[in-house]
Amino acid sequence: MQTLDLVDAGSGVEFGGGVHLDTRVAGSGDRVALVLPGAERSVEDIAFLDALAEEFSVVAPSHPGFGRSPRPDWCTSVDDLAYIYLEWLDRSALTDVTLVGLQFGGWVAMEMAVRSCARISRLVLVDSLGVKLGGPLDRDVVDLFATPHVELDRRLYADANRGLGELGRAPEQDVLEVVRNEEALVTYGWEPYLHNPRLLHWTWRIGVPTTVIWGDRDGIVQPDHGRGLAERIPGARFELVRDAGHRPQVECPEDVARLIAKFAA
Amino acid sequence: MQYWQFSETAYPDLPDPDSYHSIRVTLPNGVIDPERAAALWDRYIREWQVADECGLNVMVNEHHSTATCMNAVAPVVAGVLARVTSRARILVLGNPVANRPDPVRIAEEMALVDVLSHGRLEVGFVRGVPYEIAATNTKPFRMSERMWEAIELITRAWTTHDGPFSWEGEFFHHRQVNIWPRPYQQPTPPVWVTAVNPGSAARVADHDYRLGTFLAGFEGTRAVFQAYRDRCAETGKPAPGDERFGYAALVYTGRTDEEGLDGARQLLWYLHSNKVATEFLYPPGYTPYPVRAAGLRAHAEVHDPALLRGQGGTATKDLASMSLEELIEQGIVFAGSPSTVAGQIERFHEHVGGFGNLLIMGQAGHMSHEDAVRGIRRFAEDVVPRLDRVTDGVTV
Repeated sequence: MQTLDLVDAGSGVEFGGGVHLDTRVAGSGDRVALVLPGAERSVEDIAFLDALAEEFSVVAPSHPGFGRSPRPDWCTSVDDLAYIYLEWLDRSALTDVTLVGLQFGGWVAMEMAVRSCARISRLVLVDSLGVKLGGPLDRDVVDLFATPHVELDRRLYADANRGLGELGRAPEQDVLEVVRNEEALVTYGWEPYLHNPRLLHWTWRIGVPTTVIWGDRDGIVQPDHGRGLAERIPGARFELVRDAGHRPQVECPEDVARLIAKFAA
Repeated sequence: MQYWQFSETAYPDLPDPDSYHSIRVTLPNGVIDPERAAALWDRYIREWQVADECGLNVMVNEHHSTATCMNAVAPVVAGVLARVTSRARILVLGNPVANRPDPVRIAEEMALVDVLSHGRLEVGFVRGVPYEIAATNTKPFRMSERMWEAIELITRAWTTHDGPFSWEGEFFHHRQVNIWPRPYQQPTPPVWVTAVNPGSAARVADHDYRLGTFLAGFEGTRAVFQAYRDRCAETGKPAPGDERFGYAALVYTGRTDEEGLDGARQLLWYLHSNKVATEFLYPPGYTPYPVRAAGLRAHAEVHDPALLRGQGGTATKDLASMSLEELIEQGIVFAGSPSTVAGQIERFHEHVGGFGNLLIMGQAGHMSHEDAVRGIRRFAEDVVPRLDRVTDGVTV
């Protein structure tokens, strides 16, 4: 049976807690951007990371359990992920890091920022998960695990052709990565569903300039949710990306990279 | 050999399948006519009473959010059967313990039914099929571990009689466990656990629990039972008796082969009505991710991921696409005249190395009450005596 070749201590980058992750490093500037991805396939972010690398030294790990990154048994919560990356920041001794959280990675980035912004100078959240704003009957986030993949393609992307389509005809390695990423989402975010009910009580602690970026055609989490999130982070700005779904960094990589560069200038 | 009459108590009056996405999880319950549902329950209970009168045992299970099974609360129905049957042993196979938030509550439910039935209860534990995940909002990750922790807590709750104990495990927390009443049977009712692939059998054997497997056919069943027997041998235990093994098949007995086959065709409703949307059939985490990926890619070929080769199963194609003749050939259906059915079961019994419990899915879908009762009586009167002559010698 086909599996993904996961990185190990030799081929992965060590973050906190002895965890080695599949990591893309690009660019060479003084300013560092730590980019925390969502559940997209890692190849989908390359154009965005390359565009961002024109302004930043970019470090983009796949979270434990996603893509080709192994997940230690103890690592089962978004808290764990936050501490893994905070530990990496501490060891880096950097103090001017632009933290970019994409979708699920936005949740991780917020959990980091409410704990400590000592090494973070700016926060960027792109179609972020992690908070619930509606009531018990409101589906803030579409139930990814109760939605056919073909419909997910339409909800994830403004142009559904960016998805894998019928999985029976998609490349096996791509399906394996999508499926492993979904299992990781289940591990970290099954219940409460892709959010931490405590987080909204602490977003006031995000003490760095923050931009919330959202795809105007996000079919997973509506743009109004992004506006509501921005209102709950002190001084946060909200930017809409046109013709983008839930993963604007995939569909409009230059636009998102430009917004981040402008914000950080 | 013990025989267990089993029905999934379907609500069969459904709209055209093309008009709904999935019979499980999303089919609105507005389809149900409450009067019709109550009448169906009257007859289903009556069929179990007939089995009891004929000397058969009875079995119930539970499923959620599905027209294929109106028994969403097996302990309630087991409690009813405890009072409206008199001799039958009552098997709950099973309690979906990985999908239930409080194992202590399950221990209480089962202990109470055991008392109500004066010790006729047998308690099965199941992990739950994948389409129960959405219906119960259960995290489909580390479910086997969750199931086994629940079983350990439940059996401790049954067997602890000197006041509360504390449980703070990975999945469950309960600091004052002291159930009232305690079970009628001592130390516990017989415990069953289901296994659909050989990899799951060892742990069942290690606990000396009974193992049940469903619709796995000649080869799948033999592999699972053999894994249990091998584990006993490996760990220095005596060879397990046939009473440790149960097999569930679709069974219908007529006066003639033709009548038996006509009845069996009605039982195929379960296989043909189980239209389940892919997203509920393959929840992430329920199987290792490469197995799920293979399942999603091969969905058209194998309907139930539990039967995939990668899961240890032997299915090469979906049960729903097999003809009745193929299903009989595979040992998934036993049907025909009494001598034919006895011969089929005897052959199966021999092939799998012996088993002591036949779980009879003898009613389905649109099968009338009269046909169901005829099948039960015919089996009890004309098949059981034939089989007892053959299988009793093997039973340890």
